[in-house]
Amino acid sequence: MSTRQRLLLAGCAAPAGAFFLAFWLLPVLRLLILPAEKGWDTYFVVLTDGRYIESMLNTLLLSVAVTLATLVIGATVGIYLARRSFLGKQLLLALLTLPLSFPGVIIGFFVILLGGRQGLVADLSDQIFGERITFAYGLLGLFLAYLYFSLPRAIATYAAAAEAMDLQLEEAARSLGASRLRIVRDVWLPELAPTTVACGAILFATSMGAFGTAFTLASKFEVVPITIYNEFTNYANFALAASLSISLGLVTWLALFLTRQFGSGQTMR
Amino acid sequence: MRQATHNRAPFLFAVTALTSLFMIAPMLLSVLAGLVNNYSVGIKSGFTLRWLQEVWEVYGGTVGWSLVIAAACVVATAAIGVPCAYALARSRSRAARAFEELLTLPVAVPGLATALALILAYGQIAAFRQSFAFILVGHIVFTLPFMVRTVASAFQRNDLIALEEAARTLGASFPQRFLGVLVPAVFPAIVAGGLMVFTLSVGEFNLTWMLHTPLTRTLPVGLADSYASMRIEIGSAYTLVFFIVILPVLWALQALAQLMQKRYGT
Repeated sequence: MSTRQRLLLAGCAAPAGAFFLAFWLLPVLRLLILPAEKGWDTYFVVLTDGRYIESMLNTLLLSVAVTLATLVIGATVGIYLARRSFLGKQLLLALLTLPLSFPGVIIGFFVILLGGRQGLVADLSDQIFGERITFAYGLLGLFLAYLYFSLPRAIATYAAAAEAMDLQLEEAARSLGASRLRIVRDVWLPELAPTTVACGAILFATSMGAFGTAFTLASKFEVVPITIYNEFTNYANFALAASLSISLGLVTWLALFLTRQFGSGQTMR
Repeated sequence: MRQATHNRAPFLFAVTALTSLFMIAPMLLSVLAGLVNNYSVGIKSGFTLRWLQEVWEVYGGTVGWSLVIAAACVVATAAIGVPCAYALARSRSRAARAFEELLTLPVAVPGLATALALILAYGQIAAFRQSFAFILVGHIVFTLPFMVRTVASAFQRNDLIALEEAARTLGASFPQRFLGVLVPAVFPAIVAGGLMVFTLSVGEFNLTWMLHTPLTRTLPVGLADSYASMRIEIGSAYTLVFFIVILPVLWALQALAQLMQKRYGT
């Protein structure tokens, strides 16, 4: 490639590069070194302070649970719908993937509508049991909300993946006498493994970094994004907020990195 | 693809039915809640449009601003992203690959962190900090990778490289080649990327909540505010406004993108 061509390409990338440098890279680098001003141990506060350890563990466990549940349910629904044709199927799929465009706060609101003090479940349980059951503000409400915004992505991914599934393998297995459960374990799972790993990674990363949903629910179960937000707005603790953000980013990146390694290990067989 | 055997699968059907109910019921519930007189009384209290009117009076501005910011975001990411995508598609250097990875970082890093970084770096410049431009900058940084990735893969098509060579040997200058041959050829990808950017910008909350001021609110920010401080009917009516205004825009853009794909795509 000639120098002139190289210069031309550099010139094409320059506006984006300049914008990115000015409005993301340099500010974030400054953010990265901020905790150092208060002492190097500020970086490790997530490992040393009990409150932050709890917050990080909460977030991790919630994200893992949501990812696993979403993968199972999303795969079931996505594959089932892809293989059936009935009146209104397109409409149903469109409705099920609609929440992809919702901000997280709306989903928090939905859970409040379902499980809040004036919620649907509270009204029904009042009529049946005489007691108002509310779940929106605890762990269950948070879990259901996270499930709600994760399912559309999984359903869309698996519905698309179902199109590419090899029916001949399944027919062969069935003609050899395999039970349905056996087919799921020995034919579907290996076929869908790459999709599952990729989808699971996105779901996990989204859950780890989700803020709006937890914010609306104001749950007792504190997740790291909320902790970061509280540190910044209530205590003007920039350095601590920065440190927690770095920790959150690292943990998310590490999980994604491990799944990429695991995923590439699978496909190399 | 041949349809699979239509044997009954009651368990799968049950899971699908339950999931569909779980996903759709809240949407219907919130639409209903925004239209009844009194939520705790329910449908018996009668239907009304007054909550919608009240929402429009208090939060109407946020709808317009969200759409304007999203549109500006599309224009900006196209303006700086398309040339950048071209450079990344044509360049084989390690620097280009590293830059491409860097560009996607704002998507991996939590939105809060990006917002914190921006506030730390530019928060002192009051005129910038208190304007919608501050929010727009955050949106551009977050959505740029989506535009660049989509258009870069379109630029890598082999027939495009041949087309560009042909134009060059015929004497076309670079601006002529870029605007006359390359951009029209990848136009469906630009539209697809633009749709992604628009959708992401309209629904963006993590960044915007940190960057906003009481005078610069977008629709998701307004929603959060109404859920926290207003009665449930207003929150529902505001959600209904989101459905009525934003969703048709998204569907129209999607239809446009599909039309482009059919007419001009490969």
